[in-house]
Amino acid sequence: METRELICIGCPMGCSLKVTLENGQVTEVTGNTCPNGDKYARKECTNPTRIVTSSVRVKGGKINMVSCKTKEDIPKGMIFDICKALENVVVPAPVAIGDVVLANVCDTGVDVVATKNVDVK
Amino acid sequence: MKYDLVIVGGGPAGLAAAIAAKDNGIDSILIIERDRELGGILNQCIHNGFGLHTFKEELTGPEYASRFIAQVEERGIEYKLNTMVMDISNDKVVTAMNSTDGMFTVEAKAVVLAMGCRERSRGALNIPGYRPAGIFSAGTAQRLVNIEGYMPGRRVVILGSGDIGLIMARRMTLEGAKVLAVAELMPYSGGLKRNIVQCLNDFDIPLYLSHTVVDIQGKERVEGITIAEVGPDRKPIPGTEIHYDCDTLLLSCGLLPENELSKTAGVDLSPITSGPVVNDSLETNIPGVFACGNVLHVHDLVDFVSQEATNAGKNAAKYIKEGEVTSAKQIEILPVDGVRYTVPKYVRPEVMDDTLTVRFRVGQVFKGCAIATYFGDTLISKRKRPVMAPGEMEQVVLKKSQLAEYPDIENITIKIEEA
Repeated sequence: METRELICIGCPMGCSLKVTLENGQVTEVTGNTCPNGDKYARKECTNPTRIVTSSVRVKGGKINMVSCKTKEDIPKGMIFDICKALENVVVPAPVAIGDVVLANVCDTGVDVVATKNVDVK
Repeated sequence: MKYDLVIVGGGPAGLAAAIAAKDNGIDSILIIERDRELGGILNQCIHNGFGLHTFKEELTGPEYASRFIAQVEERGIEYKLNTMVMDISNDKVVTAMNSTDGMFTVEAKAVVLAMGCRERSRGALNIPGYRPAGIFSAGTAQRLVNIEGYMPGRRVVILGSGDIGLIMARRMTLEGAKVLAVAELMPYSGGLKRNIVQCLNDFDIPLYLSHTVVDIQGKERVEGITIAEVGPDRKPIPGTEIHYDCDTLLLSCGLLPENELSKTAGVDLSPITSGPVVNDSLETNIPGVFACGNVLHVHDLVDFVSQEATNAGKNAAKYIKEGEVTSAKQIEILPVDGVRYTVPKYVRPEVMDDTLTVRFRVGQVFKGCAIATYFGDTLISKRKRPVMAPGEMEQVVLKKSQLAEYPDIENITIKIEEA
């Protein structure tokens, strides 16, 4: 049996979680205030994931950069690969929230989408 | 120019106040914003975690802002961009300027102050050393990276563990910089716990509590930073110095409400929050001048800014329609024993809404304590809180019906007690 202490990142409350694992399987989560804490703890101990946010260049827009995010969470170990993949991406204006900036980033099956509207200059 | 309501600032507070005022029957509204777009600081906060309370989903800053901007546009609320307010007089004449209209004045029946806050600068921190290039406030670096598309540096030390500093530690790392350390003067972090986890721990960036910058090296550009541990008196302890070769220092050492306009208007400011002193309507000592958001007191969560600003907008609308409330008895809320301040500071039981959320911060870390509320000398409520820290805002909800049972009290006390 193994125990791990985590701080939930589900919301700004930051609950202190205690996770009990047996043979790599989560058997108990305590300290969470809501079901999201339980879900986070189980995922964090078995397959940790994150939403990645960044910004990429815009061509011909009112501003030079548009912010973006992975539409869903991606494996934590791939954060740097995704940032690398976004490095040279340039999107033409106009851009609307939800527009795909980079499809299926690093073969994760997850699209990177714009999080800001940018009008044409 | 005449408007019923002028809102100074088009960030999250100004937008929510405008929407609420419009929805409460005010059609003549002008938002004045100094930046080139609405949304305020949210535009550069491209990380997620906004809106969990308001929209029950996790949004990025620009997405959160866009939902409020869309509501302003739908309602046809007027706004001026690239426009700087120069003065607000105590009879609510707002003087502003921009490059197309020049200088102009607006006579308002009510004004909502929503100017937000500024970062504490190097000058305010008294850090010794030369003044080379490469020293930025965390927010300036955030704007450069996220909106303008520039990298401020490659090897970075961050002073202060406020949320913007933590967020920028991650952001700079993801953009290829090496963040060597975050130093925090206090024995606790100024930021949210979740940000320590996902911005520092995820990337093995060390956080040195009770440490500060004691030297900046380099004449043209930052070449190195020395940090040292501080004692309980917050003075550096000789022999504890750690040196870093780096080209950039980011400062994330707290935010200061930006109240130059409030001061010249004659608004009373709290020495603790540096924001206006307000009553349950979020009205300042000048009738018809309201305040909300980070200009009132620095918030952790934009959701609470939106809630507060909605109240300010609603109350401004009420003032415009019904005029000044003069007769109501006003009770002071006293912050004692660990509670640093409360917003609002005054409650008027006769005219307040059915409930009033009183927000405050504690002065130190408390474990296993409780928030106690007294009406006069009578204990009204006691709520256990396992952990309280200065970096996280606390609240108490006062009920009108409960206050009505105590008509003779002189004050309300909020304090931290043993659980």
